[in-house]
Amino acid sequence: MEIPYNVEERPDTGLYNGKLGIWLFLASEVMLFGGLFSSYILLRTGDPNWFKPELSVPMATLNTMVLISSSVTMVMAWASLRLQDFKKFRLFSAATFLLACAFMVIKGFEYNTEFSHHLYPSSNNFMATYFTMTGLHGLHVLGGMVVIAYLWGPGSRMWKTEPERFTNRVEITGLYWHFVDLVWIFLFPALYLL
Amino acid sequence: MSFSEKREEGVSEHDSEVPEAPEGLSEPPDRGAAEAHGAHHQEGFLRKYIFSIDHKVIGLQYGLTALLFMLFGFCLMLLMRWQLAFPGQPIPVIGGLLGNANAPGGVMLPEFYNQLGAMHGTIMVFLGVVPLVVGAFGNYFVPLQIGAPDMAFPKLNMMSYWVYFVGGVIMFVSFFLPGGAANSGWTSYPPLSNIATMGQTAWLLGMVFLITSSLLGSINIITTIIQLRAEGLTYMRMPFFIWSQFVTSFLLLLAFPPLEAAGVMQLMDRLAGTSFFMPSGLVVSGQVLEGAGGGSPLLWQHLFWFLAHPEVYVLILPAMGIVAEVIANNTRKPLWGYKAMVYASVWLGFMSFIVWAHHMFLTGMGTVMSAFFQTTTMIISIPSVVILTALLISLWGGSIRFNTPMLFALAFLPMFGIGGLTGLPLGLAPSDIHLHDTYYVIGHFHYVVAPGTIFAIFAGIYFWFPKFTGRRMSESLGKIHFWGSFIFMNGVFGPMFLQGLAGVSRRLYDGGVQYSHAQDVVQFNQFMSYSAFLLLIAQLPFIFNFFWSMRMGEKVGNNPWQATTLDWAATSSPPLGHGNFAEVPVVWRGPYEYSVPGHEEDFLPQNVATPAPQEG
Repeated sequence: MEIPYNVEERPDTGLYNGKLGIWLFLASEVMLFGGLFSSYILLRTGDPNWFKPELSVPMATLNTMVLISSSVTMVMAWASLRLQDFKKFRLFSAATFLLACAFMVIKGFEYNTEFSHHLYPSSNNFMATYFTMTGLHGLHVLGGMVVIAYLWGPGSRMWKTEPERFTNRVEITGLYWHFVDLVWIFLFPALYLL
Repeated sequence: MSFSEKREEGVSEHDSEVPEAPEGLSEPPDRGAAEAHGAHHQEGFLRKYIFSIDHKVIGLQYGLTALLFMLFGFCLMLLMRWQLAFPGQPIPVIGGLLGNANAPGGVMLPEFYNQLGAMHGTIMVFLGVVPLVVGAFGNYFVPLQIGAPDMAFPKLNMMSYWVYFVGGVIMFVSFFLPGGAANSGWTSYPPLSNIATMGQTAWLLGMVFLITSSLLGSINIITTIIQLRAEGLTYMRMPFFIWSQFVTSFLLLLAFPPLEAAGVMQLMDRLAGTSFFMPSGLVVSGQVLEGAGGGSPLLWQHLFWFLAHPEVYVLILPAMGIVAEVIANNTRKPLWGYKAMVYASVWLGFMSFIVWAHHMFLTGMGTVMSAFFQTTTMIISIPSVVILTALLISLWGGSIRFNTPMLFALAFLPMFGIGGLTGLPLGLAPSDIHLHDTYYVIGHFHYVVAPGTIFAIFAGIYFWFPKFTGRRMSESLGKIHFWGSFIFMNGVFGPMFLQGLAGVSRRLYDGGVQYSHAQDVVQFNQFMSYSAFLLLIAQLPFIFNFFWSMRMGEKVGNNPWQATTLDWAATSSPPLGHGNFAEVPVVWRGPYEYSVPGHEEDFLPQNVATPAPQEG
């Protein structure tokens, strides 16, 4: 089966299929997180007894930096492929994966601290929002990690047979990864600072 | 970049330039096709028919599964109609099979009635109609009508079907859970749904699967339409059916995720003890519920209707697309106002995102909000009227062929008209106060969806059956099916308007016999129920026709209706492997070039290079 524009760009749209697909997917993700953010605003403004416990801002700041760094290494991984440097790609995507691990570990410590202070999703609506949104974001990070690991390991064999298609795959993963990063950049001020 | 060199070394056995030949071509014209040919023979049964990645097989899988679910949802409704017509009397024949938890001695319990109501709505909308119009017709005909070899992402396409299937299984199995299936209405309003039985959790899980499936499907359809259009097929040369699928997919893509968010939040409420939708101090059975409280039941309604109003247009737009194809083909003239219809459908899609709160006039959200949403609601009726009027005027002066698909398409127009026009009093806050949650609402949206969308689906099945199978369905059985459905549909839904105007609530277990204001109209219940049972009988000719015509129907060629769009340029009953066209089509003109002056036939297909030389 040969689907046109699977690898090469369609001249009038300037896109290959996967790139358009991931942008559409991200549009729907905007609506998913948009729905959650809107709910957060409505719940918070509608509840006169709104209560927000203290969260660990330093840990979240560290996590923000970790995740932004991982976005940078993700771009470097893709750029290395464009420059035909497969070894550097391996290096940078491994770095991206490890930074994502670090993010999850720090997040785990944060959850642990909150549980030890008896803060659970059922405690109040702020904690419910917090756990739902960061949990869903965490699942997105986890999904991205699976894909990055696959492209680092078994998936990278495609570089030998179809380098352009492989580069596209890395680019698409990168777009998704930047989105996950962006969601966190919205979550951080909305949940920790405001 | 130096990709090209690298590619040439490594990709020798994977040449993407060679278009694939369809299976069954006797002499493969070149190496690429020969390889593809060989590959198809290696395809096992599982890959070919079960886990197929061919859009035509997936379309048929969607279609058959959804038709079965639709029959199941219809049967749930028949059980309800028995209870409404004969409250408290044992259900004949199958009453004993429903179990003591649902119907002891064959008499339906109120709890079971609630399950039937919630699941009838859910199954018909999310497992029946949407998978039919988008999953089946969209999957099968979007690539064919735009001249593409397949969908842009065949594997995602397969996944989308199987995720839908799992969602359907979860919904079906939920009937056997303790406490039965979801019973808080298809809208699942909290706080009722938050404290409902386990079936509600299954409903939410099922919905997450169905939403994911729609998401994958819509990404696929949009990408396919943008990227894989054949050469020369500009946007304004696309058949209206493609436009309707295009707009519909955007609605699915952008409207469903907020419901997914709401579903996650309700799951959290039910499983993790959060209070997103639970107000403080809620009293249930005389006891104050524990929990943090402070949530907002209204929030669910906003999130739910943010999906569910665009969903209405997901149900109706592809139906309009199918009807437009059938009408253009059977009037033998171009659609009147094609461009206006295209713009109207885009406008409709956009507006459908800002009308949702007209479902919530009675929630006390305030007059300013009500005024805003009733204004947008009045505005959205304009594009619907534009499309319907264009279809109606298209009939003018045509030499109409009254075959079965055309009968269904013609019936769609007044039936959808009734459904749409009865919606106007519901869109205005003052009249909605009286009509809200009465049978009037049920009548209104069933006229839109049942004799509206479902008639369009039937039109599509009769119209495209030769494409699926290479055979035509029986016309006489089709006409029996049409007239039976047409009469009994009206018999079921027409009296609902009268009941609703009298103020009968839509959720009454006994159909209103114990309410004094319902006494004048309660006798309609039996008439409506008899109509519903006869409607089932009217579907038997269709079911028989469907299977009989697969083997015994009249054999026809590639283009039995003398149509112009690209789907009819593909081989009939296209081989169930990849590749739709013997040669990649090139498009030269708009979609509905019927009765072109000077052309000797009364149709000029989109892919025919030049008009035949004029002879005199």
